[in-house]
Amino acid sequence: MRLMSWPAMGLRVFLITSCLLLLAPIAPTAAAQEFKLAMSSPPTSMDPHFYNLFPNINVSDHIFEQLVAMDADSHIIPALAESWTLVNNLTWEFKLRKGARFHDGSPLTAEDVAWSLDRPATIVGSPGKFDTYTKAIINKKIIDPYTIQLTTKEPYPLLLADLTSIYIVSKKATQGLSSDDFASGKGMIGTGPFKFVKFQRDDRIELERNNDYWGKKPAWSKVTLRFIPNDATRLAALLAGDVQAIENVPTPDLAKVRADKNLSFYSKVSHRVIYLYADTRREKSPFVTDKDGKPLDKNPLQDVRVRRALSIAINRDAIRDRVMEGLSEPTNNLVPAALFGHNPNLKPPKYDPEAAKKLLAEAGYPNGFGLTLHTPNNRYINDEKIAQTIAQMWSRIGIATKVEGAPMSVYSARGAKSEYSIGLLGWGAQTGEVSSPLRAMVACDNPAKGMGAVNWLKYCNPKMDAVLAKALISVDDKERSRLLQEATAIVIDDGGVIPIHQQVTTWATKKGIVYIPRTDERTHAYGFYPQ
Amino acid sequence: MLAFIIRRVLQSLVVLLVMSLLVFIGVYAIGNPIDVLISPDADQIERAKVIVAFGLDKPLWLQYFIFLKNAAGGDLGRSFAYSTPALTLIFERMPATLELSSAAILLSIVLGLPLGLLAGLRPNGVVGKAIMAVSILGFSLPTFWVGLMLIMVFAVQLGWLPTSGRGETQLLFGVPVSFLSWDGLRHLLMPAFNLALFNIALVIRLTRSGAQEALMQDYVKFARAKGLRNSRIIGVHVLKNILIPIVTVVALQFGSIIAFSIVTETVFAWPGMGKLIIDSIRVLDRPVIVAYLLLIVTIFILINLVVDMLYSALDPRVRLAESKG
Repeated sequence: MRLMSWPAMGLRVFLITSCLLLLAPIAPTAAAQEFKLAMSSPPTSMDPHFYNLFPNINVSDHIFEQLVAMDADSHIIPALAESWTLVNNLTWEFKLRKGARFHDGSPLTAEDVAWSLDRPATIVGSPGKFDTYTKAIINKKIIDPYTIQLTTKEPYPLLLADLTSIYIVSKKATQGLSSDDFASGKGMIGTGPFKFVKFQRDDRIELERNNDYWGKKPAWSKVTLRFIPNDATRLAALLAGDVQAIENVPTPDLAKVRADKNLSFYSKVSHRVIYLYADTRREKSPFVTDKDGKPLDKNPLQDVRVRRALSIAINRDAIRDRVMEGLSEPTNNLVPAALFGHNPNLKPPKYDPEAAKKLLAEAGYPNGFGLTLHTPNNRYINDEKIAQTIAQMWSRIGIATKVEGAPMSVYSARGAKSEYSIGLLGWGAQTGEVSSPLRAMVACDNPAKGMGAVNWLKYCNPKMDAVLAKALISVDDKERSRLLQEATAIVIDDGGVIPIHQQVTTWATKKGIVYIPRTDERTHAYGFYPQ
Repeated sequence: MLAFIIRRVLQSLVVLLVMSLLVFIGVYAIGNPIDVLISPDADQIERAKVIVAFGLDKPLWLQYFIFLKNAAGGDLGRSFAYSTPALTLIFERMPATLELSSAAILLSIVLGLPLGLLAGLRPNGVVGKAIMAVSILGFSLPTFWVGLMLIMVFAVQLGWLPTSGRGETQLLFGVPVSFLSWDGLRHLLMPAFNLALFNIALVIRLTRSGAQEALMQDYVKFARAKGLRNSRIIGVHVLKNILIPIVTVVALQFGSIIAFSIVTETVFAWPGMGKLIIDSIRVLDRPVIVAYLLLIVTIFILINLVVDMLYSALDPRVRLAESKG
């Protein structure tokens, strides 16, 4: 082998090095990529323990984490707790993730977990505290810095679901802070995939990637969450390229968005069910009349045949196709199929107006009667339109129905005072199982036990309550699922509520950005990826 | 002058008191804020606790007196939804609204006066008629529609301007403002124009009729005979004499623009007070509603005071002679 002369070698080295240096910037860096996302409601506070409001928890998900989390199908997965076991019927032991660190570098310890479980009850001035989810825990025992035991008063299978709502904050960083302080960034030290940078109230939140995150690192180094409540403006921001993704595509623009080649459309069945509740208690109901408008002596809604007739007279498929643009899932359950406690034997009833008329005749109302259906008009997707469609369907079987809509603030105030006879409402099973809607919607009214929170017309079925009570203390998943399905079947067959459909949540992104849609309606910047 | 101001202050206090009473009763009549705000999973015990915490279990007259007592000390209550003091929330958002409103008023004057003068000087020409026709559109087109059209045309189709939001802010005397940067101005342009449209039309029409009337006056004939330049006649003599109604209207509109920039702020996602008030009304956040309306009433009162004092400055015939009865 002949050696090269020094000058030739030097030239060769020089050429190779300069080529490498020139090419280096072209080689992809670990994405210094920015991502802008437009949401539809702004959070009211940066304190993750302040207020159990959907926009607040949606933002908290980016910066903070819980012991256990919900995946895209609302199943429970480990988060800051790597594993857990049941020591006995009342005690749960959690092993914490050793690799998890707070954004200020300090490690996550059981002290922080205990502090975070105590803090929600101490919050002042919140209209909806998180201590609903911590009050079942009567004792916490720190075994070692990475192990903690939680004890409940009675067997409490919902502990894991409750823990998905409690964010773990750093004790060091949040000691002595009030909820107001978080807005400037104090205390905003979490373990999540993003670090807090700036909060401009009702305008935007800026985040940057946590490069020491224990889990899957997000694709974006910098994220801006913008809040654009006006539907048209939010979509315009996506079309103009001001943001790369939006949540809640406005219904009138769905067809346009799906047809647009520059956009990608994502949807998923949500845990929110839209249903009707009826007055089964009162002999004389305020908005039930005969065809001439005179009040009736006996309330037809008390007859289960009438309620069944009302249910099968609703053409849920037509509502899905015509009113919801294909974006709803007709149902006879209180939770979607993926959620715990869904009863696969309860299928949406077939649309059968003839059978409905027969049932009405059997019950003694061959000519029908008059009804007023109340509904909110600014709360659920197409709420008033759905009510108007249902009213027309009922008119076809002889029930002259009027619709009265009102903003949610007015509607819920009057509804809670049992002023209505039949109304439309929605419920999102945030805990990922059907025990939540059963307790709130149809359990006999019992404030001391927390039953019947939205059971405005006080439906009560002791048989269902007995099954539900057993389910709520059954720690065995299979047994609990069976009992919950049984409870759902009892209440649906009795017409305690009439489910219509599960809502579908929608997202739209610029082509080239992928999103993994979620059942719990949440929109996370770390759920978006460049293709 | 002093007596005049003192009487004004007393009158204003009465107005503020009546306003706060009306809002209290009005919000109470609509419904209970708790039903809207409370977490869906909360049960009745939680609900009862929150009601007590917000003082909503007390009778209405007692709640009102507590409010008056605190207001005398400068505390207008804490927002139900945000838990921050209501005044803090409003003052946080005020710079954005003031910036937008001031920009809108500036546009009204800068565009309205010259166009109105032009229309007044050549009322029968093509230009004059065109300006009047356009001003009718300014009156009649609804603000939210114009805003959405502006976004569609200039942001989505042409891509010249951003769709919504406020640009980068810098601190000016401790107050965040966005007009000091090019990015901020780009974000400010469309919402300010949208908000100003109605006023531009108003100023155009006022200026035009004022100019037409003034041009027929003797002093204009005399000035022409004297040989003054046209620009001086119009720019100095005519303009000064027609300014009084324009100043009145612009000043009153300023208050109105600040108070009711709701639609523009909602359409353009501008983080101002207007959006705050509409959101608060929707969730019945009474402390914020009361604080906001009291603030607006105060602003209107101050503006009226300034207008009255400007009158006496602009027109030597007017004296603040109310004290003499």
